[in-house]
Amino acid sequence: MGGGARPTMMRYLLRRTAILIASLAVASVLIFAVIEIVPGDPATTMLGINARPDTVAALREELGLGRSAPVRYLDWVGGMLRGDFGTSYTYRTPVAGMIADRLWVSLPLALIALALSTAIAFPAGIYAAARRGRAGDAGVTLATQAGIAVPNFWFAMILVLVFSINLGWFGAGGFPGWGAGPWPALKALVLPAVALALPQAAILTRVMRSALIETLGEDYIRTARAKGLTRGQAIRRHALRNALIPVLTILGLQFAFLLAGGIIIEQVFYLPGLGRLIFQAISARDLIVVESVVMLLVFAVILVNFLVDLAYAAVDPRLRAR
Amino acid sequence: MSGLAVEGLCVEGPAGPILQDVSFAVGPGEIVALTGESGSGKSMTALSLMRLLPEGLQQKAGRVTLGGTDLGALTERQMCRVRGARIGMVFQEPMTALNPVQTIGAQVTETLRLHAGVRRDEAEAKARDMLARVGLPEERFPLTRYPHELSGGQRQRVVIALAICQRPEVLIADEPTTALDVTTQAQILDLLRALVAEFGMGLILITHDLAVVAGMADRLVVMKDGGVVEQGATAEVLRTPREGYTRALLAASSHRPAAPPARQGTPLLQVRDVVRTYPGARAGLFGARRPVTAVDGVSLTIGQGERVGLVGESGCGKSTLTRAILGLEPVQAGSIALDGQPVEAVRGRIQVVFQDPYGSFNPRHRVRRLVSEPFHLLPRRPGTREGAARVAEALEAVGLRASDSGRYIHEFSGGQRQRIAMARALILRPDLIVLDEAVSALDVSVRARILDLLSDLSARLGLAYLFISHDLAVVRGVTERVLVMKAGRIVEEGATEAVFAAPRHPYTAELIAAAPVLPDWTAREESA
Repeated sequence: MGGGARPTMMRYLLRRTAILIASLAVASVLIFAVIEIVPGDPATTMLGINARPDTVAALREELGLGRSAPVRYLDWVGGMLRGDFGTSYTYRTPVAGMIADRLWVSLPLALIALALSTAIAFPAGIYAAARRGRAGDAGVTLATQAGIAVPNFWFAMILVLVFSINLGWFGAGGFPGWGAGPWPALKALVLPAVALALPQAAILTRVMRSALIETLGEDYIRTARAKGLTRGQAIRRHALRNALIPVLTILGLQFAFLLAGGIIIEQVFYLPGLGRLIFQAISARDLIVVESVVMLLVFAVILVNFLVDLAYAAVDPRLRAR
Repeated sequence: MSGLAVEGLCVEGPAGPILQDVSFAVGPGEIVALTGESGSGKSMTALSLMRLLPEGLQQKAGRVTLGGTDLGALTERQMCRVRGARIGMVFQEPMTALNPVQTIGAQVTETLRLHAGVRRDEAEAKARDMLARVGLPEERFPLTRYPHELSGGQRQRVVIALAICQRPEVLIADEPTTALDVTTQAQILDLLRALVAEFGMGLILITHDLAVVAGMADRLVVMKDGGVVEQGATAEVLRTPREGYTRALLAASSHRPAAPPARQGTPLLQVRDVVRTYPGARAGLFGARRPVTAVDGVSLTIGQGERVGLVGESGCGKSTLTRAILGLEPVQAGSIALDGQPVEAVRGRIQVVFQDPYGSFNPRHRVRRLVSEPFHLLPRRPGTREGAARVAEALEAVGLRASDSGRYIHEFSGGQRQRIAMARALILRPDLIVLDEAVSALDVSVRARILDLLSDLSARLGLAYLFISHDLAVVRGVTERVLVMKAGRIVEEGATEAVFAAPRHPYTAELIAAAPVLPDWTAREESA
């Protein structure tokens, strides 16, 4: 108890920020250790065991591997804070630029997919929960079953078949870049976003439905009905916000997945996204790129978790005291 | 006519009739109590008056009229305008009856805005008045408070405020004080009584507690198995009940088991200056946690075969002390010894029975396994045959059959489950059994039989009891000595009858004064 809403909220915010920074620090140490220290010499890893000793020595020189690990770590972190992610060994271009290019594809793709999945899941979940046990509920449950069972690349192929090849509404793949204006770029992202969103929407619908059904059994819903609210009003005004916590958790997890997990969809649609970048970097053993992209993804996940925590507190006043 | 009239109400569920031919009426300014044991249909009657029956239940016959309006003839939309405006409702569990993510202001103004269509600022002004009227003045309880910042009694006041803010003709209160402490219960009952007089509304008070009925209701409706057994003026029904069921209910309510002979035993449990603290909330962002003292220098002794009561309100430290005595939690200072040995070493000799007969058993295990669970406390687990013999012995000791050991817990009623919990406590042949609100969730008639069982076991086996309860009448009936606990300390201790007859500490006096009692004439009827 005690304190007004504000100091409590402030304290919660400061605490979460401290946790955010600490998590990033720990994650960066772990990534650095796993990629640069644990497997042995990074230069040998990148060039393979059959490389000539002088090539390895040259790369060691280029990577500055002569310095101690803590110095290299600080150098790496300091560089990232300044926006300098190093230079790709395979492509000989700054990693920061490569990531930025790919992020301009992956981030809008993830956001559109997330928006779509939310736009489908919320009404569908609410509809099913409100008609629990009736035909509408059974229909929604069946559809989500299908959405979860069918892999998203298959959806992607069907979408291409129907909307690109038969109807000709969208291109079958590729990305024109944002230079030609927003429309061509957005158009290229529509089908991949739908393919990514459908399975996510199916999962989110189920979470929304079960969270809402559980909330509808709560005593305060009975209180709301006894006040004179209709069933619909009771759902909208009282049940929905209380059911949001599990939904937000799943949304946070889904965003993190969508950002990099869309690799198969990126392959199907020939999109130059983050997923493909990291796949190519791993194939080429370009540790500099791998390290930076992984750090960026970890940062995204931690940031999303932070935002989800803030959303929890906004939704539920009881959590602010923690 | 004004007021609410129920005629021939019948409700059916998938498994058969739920309510059968229920008829009664509540006039303006009148308090009518619906009473009966669990499953008698009290709450279902209330829900069907509100037309809020759970899915699957249907009203088959009967008429409910409110001030001349036939509620059954209204559309759902019209009924929504009746609920909260002309009939208000208060529920049993104040901890969960309010939406946790909305402020109390939002929840009270919602009723006002819904029905009166007033502007937000008008609604807020009226909500402030209403909350002040139910004892939550604006200075201490601004509209921006959330339910979790309030105690159970304060939350119940909020629920009452939102139920009465439209000045309904009838208020239905379903066990409104069952979940509250005695002093809070007395305050809430006073508040309801005052509101009835002030607003001239009818009150349907649903309660299983005949002592509450005796103190509150003008008229009484006794229900059993979905039907009305008897109704009439409260004093008349309680003084000269016509039906056998009402008489049995009355007898069970004031039942006192035969006292086993008092023993002058040697000290069994010795608790010396026990202190138990918890880390509290942090002061500031990274500040130290200020410790909260839950048990503050408590000393007590229980003799061999002695029955000792421990009473006090929620948060007084009863449960913490219990866990410490059971050796489940470390203490920061002091000692707890059984026969001179630390309790952690002799866990098997102290057993416990908890309140909830539904939640304290694993539903996937058979009774045999549930009852023999404490065997793990023994240095050597009994063999299969010896184990089975001891399970049978324990089950028979509590009035069940040895053959019950093969059944699952869901096959038993609440009272039988509490017997199984007793069997589980008895199987190690302990010296002391801690009964933590062990009869609080039971119906009066079941409670009376369990109290008899406890008394009988104590006499036969020489068991000592530590009987923890908020129900003073029960403690008075079954214990020889009583301890009164407040804010982590024992404030009064003495022979039960002496303490109840002449409490020395003001807090004890307050508790006893707050506890509702059945008037004397019912006791005379019982003995007659």
